Amino acid sequence: MAAFKDELDPISGRKVLVENNLTFAQVTDAVAAPIEAPSARWWAFFLVSVSMLGVLVVSLGWLFWEGVGIWGLNNPVAWGWAIVNFVFWVGIGHAGTLISAVLFLFRQKWRTSINRASEAMTIFAVICALLFPTVHAGRPWVLYWTLPLPNQMGMWPNFRSPLLWDVFAVSTYFTVSLLFWYVGLIPDLATMRDRAKSTVRRVAYGAFALGWRGSTRHWLHYEKAYLILAGIATPLVLSVHTIVSFDFAVSQLPGWHTTIFPPYFVAGAIFSGFGMVLTLLVPLRKWFRLEALITIKHLENMAKIILVTGMMVGYAYGMEFFIAWYSGNPYEQYAFANRAFGDYWWAYWTMVSCNVISPQLFWFKAVRRSPLALFIISIFVNIGMWFERFVITVTSLHHDFLPSSWDYYSPTIWDVSTLIGSFGLFFTLFCLFVRFLPVIALAEVKSVMPIADPHYGDHGDGHHHE
Amino acid sequence: MSKPKHKKIFGLMAEYDTAKAIFKACEKVRDAGYEKWDSYTPFPVHNLDKAMGLKPSILGVIVFCCGMTGAASAMLLQWWTSTVDYPVIIAAKPYFSYQAFIPVTFELGILLSAFGAVFGMLGLNKLPQWYHSLFNSERFSRVTDDRFFICIETNDPKFDFERTRKLLEGTGAVHIEEIED
Repeated sequence: MAAFKDELDPISGRKVLVENNLTFAQVTDAVAAPIEAPSARWWAFFLVSVSMLGVLVVSLGWLFWEGVGIWGLNNPVAWGWAIVNFVFWVGIGHAGTLISAVLFLFRQKWRTSINRASEAMTIFAVICALLFPTVHAGRPWVLYWTLPLPNQMGMWPNFRSPLLWDVFAVSTYFTVSLLFWYVGLIPDLATMRDRAKSTVRRVAYGAFALGWRGSTRHWLHYEKAYLILAGIATPLVLSVHTIVSFDFAVSQLPGWHTTIFPPYFVAGAIFSGFGMVLTLLVPLRKWFRLEALITIKHLENMAKIILVTGMMVGYAYGMEFFIAWYSGNPYEQYAFANRAFGDYWWAYWTMVSCNVISPQLFWFKAVRRSPLALFIISIFVNIGMWFERFVITVTSLHHDFLPSSWDYYSPTIWDVSTLIGSFGLFFTLFCLFVRFLPVIALAEVKSVMPIADPHYGDHGDGHHHE
Repeated sequence: MSKPKHKKIFGLMAEYDTAKAIFKACEKVRDAGYEKWDSYTPFPVHNLDKAMGLKPSILGVIVFCCGMTGAASAMLLQWWTSTVDYPVIIAAKPYFSYQAFIPVTFELGILLSAFGAVFGMLGLNKLPQWYHSLFNSERFSRVTDDRFFICIETNDPKFDFERTRKLLEGTGAVHIEEIED
């Protein structure tokens, strides 16, 4: 189709990852420009985000003063929005590591222009995620009880509990993601240091650049470290959402006690994470004028991953129902019938429409290559994946084994304000990130450009760049 | 660049404008038998370490040791707390329910591997090192942008101002300068 013609790499013959024949210096300038000259639009977004962060501060202040009773929790539904939001945010966090680690191991070079922003998204999403179980615990000031610290009672945490595994999994995930992100940032911080016009900038970037000077003897260990981090982050990212799913699957509750949960949660996490990456990057590439670096081809690739993982999630929804019927267990069968046709039918069908039906539009190339369509569908994916966690958590709890304890759960204004506030925290951190750090991994993007190849020009392609 | 003669010189720095040029230049410097020299690039140029004749990184060994330490100490901690220090029967499981101890063991193994990879890499590279003689060069600031450099240090046994400069000039360098220590 002539309408979808992309520039091709003269050596590999594949689609180029940096369009318009940019030179290395032009790539550096394009990425550094938004940091060096902030726009009015940035301020608008930042102020809105900070206002939402204020909503979080007020909500948490009232929560700490009054207790978790301000939320809509009731007797059967003791896990309300706090756990829904936790799983939602942790899931979003998974795309960053998938892009930086799994795609790295598969030598998917297109990852280089989206990995920095996705990893930042991961770290900020995990911060939001960690917030919810912390405040849901009721007494966040004694959260250190989850750690194996010697104490006067001589007691230790219960290492057989999935909730404790979660503490180790999510905090390890946060630490490793932060380290991975920082290692990737070191050469780019050096770039910012070397471009700095003011002493403050030079010292600030220089301090974190650790004196990086691009030495090949350093790159040798650096690339090894990057490969190893990718190698260990890959099983880590799979383990984290597996363990999050254990919070549910290891319990005895119908609707939760299923062996499909770990792979189903991991697929959903990747699906929602890529949704959020698109939500962030589609506007960002336009406003920061990075279309030549985050090309339409990059967006198209992400749309394909969303399509694949969306179908995996759809398969899991179907298989859950099949197994519930096939098991012959009346409690299991009731839990699923109640999910689709009970009190919360509207949540279930919102989830199915957003997660299973809306990504099907990505079968069409024109949709995959339309930033506007991608943005709209990515919002549906975000909504759908929030509803998925709501459906799993609430529908299984609100009608448990004993009909006398059944109840309908609805959130209060404080549930809503805390969720909005967590978006405020996320977007405030993301605004600060795009304001002060290169949103594209410069050194990595340069290394996948055709002119970076030491054999560039050997094939007589006739291109000469200065 | 004019400078007083008594200043100590760190090395001779040659500048290149393409990845291809520095690749060829590194092979020449390597074949000339220099030891104390290095190349500097804005991104890792593929196989440049081989063109320089560098040995592979030993980081993997460090990470393996760290990872095994993390996993072993996690299992040891869980075994000791639940069988020796404070045995409690939970959910009718044995005191040493090693199957349930796998997640924490795995996570701590990963955590220490990551520390080993990052801090091991910084240690092998002797970073942070906020001062380096090359930062004295105005032109070297483009190493993090779009230029490629080779610096042969004066303390290399084969270093000789005349011959080394001649060698670098023969490698297609676009600029050569002396770097103060």
